[in-house]
Amino acid sequence: MNYPNPFADAIDYQRMEQHYDQEALDSLNAISPMTRTQQPIVTGTSVLAVKYKDGIMMTTDCLASYGSLARFRNVERMLKVGDSTIIGASGDISDFQYITYLMDKLMTKEYNANNGQPLAPENIYEYLSQVMYQRRNKFDPLWNALVVGGFQDGKSFLGYVNLRGTTYQSETIATGYGAYIAQPLLRNAVEKRNGEPLTEEEAKKLLDDCMRVLFYRDARSLNKLQRATVTAAGVNISEPYSLETEWAFAENIRGYGA
Amino acid sequence: MSSIGTGYDLSSSTYSLDGRIFQVEYAMKAVDNSGLCIGVRAKDGVVLAISKLVHSKLLVPKSNKRIASVDQHIGMVCPGLVADGKALIKRARLEAQNYKDNYRLPISGKMIADRMGQFVQAYTLYSSVRPFGCSTLIATYDEVGPSLYMIDPSGVYWGYFGCAVGKNKQIAKAEIEKLKLKEITAREAVMEVARIIYSVMEDDIKDRDYEIEYTWICDESNKKHTEVPSDLVEEAEKKAKESLDDDDDDDDMDDDE
Repeated sequence: MNYPNPFADAIDYQRMEQHYDQEALDSLNAISPMTRTQQPIVTGTSVLAVKYKDGIMMTTDCLASYGSLARFRNVERMLKVGDSTIIGASGDISDFQYITYLMDKLMTKEYNANNGQPLAPENIYEYLSQVMYQRRNKFDPLWNALVVGGFQDGKSFLGYVNLRGTTYQSETIATGYGAYIAQPLLRNAVEKRNGEPLTEEEAKKLLDDCMRVLFYRDARSLNKLQRATVTAAGVNISEPYSLETEWAFAENIRGYGA
Repeated sequence: MSSIGTGYDLSSSTYSLDGRIFQVEYAMKAVDNSGLCIGVRAKDGVVLAISKLVHSKLLVPKSNKRIASVDQHIGMVCPGLVADGKALIKRARLEAQNYKDNYRLPISGKMIADRMGQFVQAYTLYSSVRPFGCSTLIATYDEVGPSLYMIDPSGVYWGYFGCAVGKNKQIAKAEIEKLKLKEITAREAVMEVARIIYSVMEDDIKDRDYEIEYTWICDESNKKHTEVPSDLVEEAEKKAKESLDDDDDDDDMDDDE
């Protein structure tokens, strides 16, 4: 590629600006900070998760969007890590695939070490949080919002970590549009129970209702979902399923039906 | 019995007059001093076992494992110098992960044996390093089925149905040859391996503290390298001890005649 020579006497800055964006110009200019900005390319939307009586339940849809194009419609955005943890990912899917590779490497090392006890959900969460924050500090983030959920030794675990390395743990977690639309619904359902955990059926209905609203309102969602549970019996990620939706109202609207 | 290698045995980079590299042969002697280690490749899996004489009552039982996992589908044990063995296991784990990084495929038995063989051989070339003082048994279960390889300190390796290393290995090998190795199942192999170790090591382990590790990779373990379940180990050791007593009784009966 023909880079302009910054030491040349006559540099046509006008012409240079036509070819190069601010990023490249900054890196040529030694005074500006080094930046490696990114943009997510193939992305997943919301991840929802709640703690319930037997453990935790997490839901994602099966869509990987390419901007506004619904490009890959059979994607698993939840990953099983060992027998007591799952990771749900939103954001850049290639970064999630890299995280999958890191998890495989981690679990192989643990298997070889033969430590007696498996890595707990909290341990995997801490490892991921460290990776995400360190990448953020290098200005080279993994462009994801991850939900780590698990159940071990009779205790549920639910944690969130994102591309900036921000972490939090809660009884209910939602990423993407879910954080705006579903989180209030999840919190309402859980917090008015005063510590009494949801049953499996209640958790299923709650998550399905939230995903239904998200399908109506999130323009980058798909009505093809997977539900995962982590309980004392282990990890179970369901086959894809669809929700019943109500679109008849569109018939009366000018431009859509009438 | 050993020939004197005066002058020709000081470094790996010197041949003797009759074309031998004495340092490598001396390394093999180091292996012969190890406790008996057996590998058996059965129809549906591979069994590894190593007997260890516990040299101090202060050691925590079952805490110092010699048989290691290298990725989930590979088991490895290095009878001989323990520290050399650990270095080899570390290298094998690196090779296996490196292969997976490149091809997203668990490394096959043939390939890991080759990589380790080449690695061991490299340490026989220079006077600045010494050869590894351990043999390496590698048990794997991949697409081609179960396989067992053994690498000796020279870097030479072969695929085996059954092999034995360490004290009393000749007697152990003779016993292994008697087995129908093409038909035996992994479960049966565990029983036979226990029997062989007990019968061969009988005099050495009498009145001494000892520990025997058994691991396998087979259909029953989902093609993963794991310790043989303790109930099977107990059954195998019980039967082994019983057959020892039977042999003793037979000996007594012969004396009466």
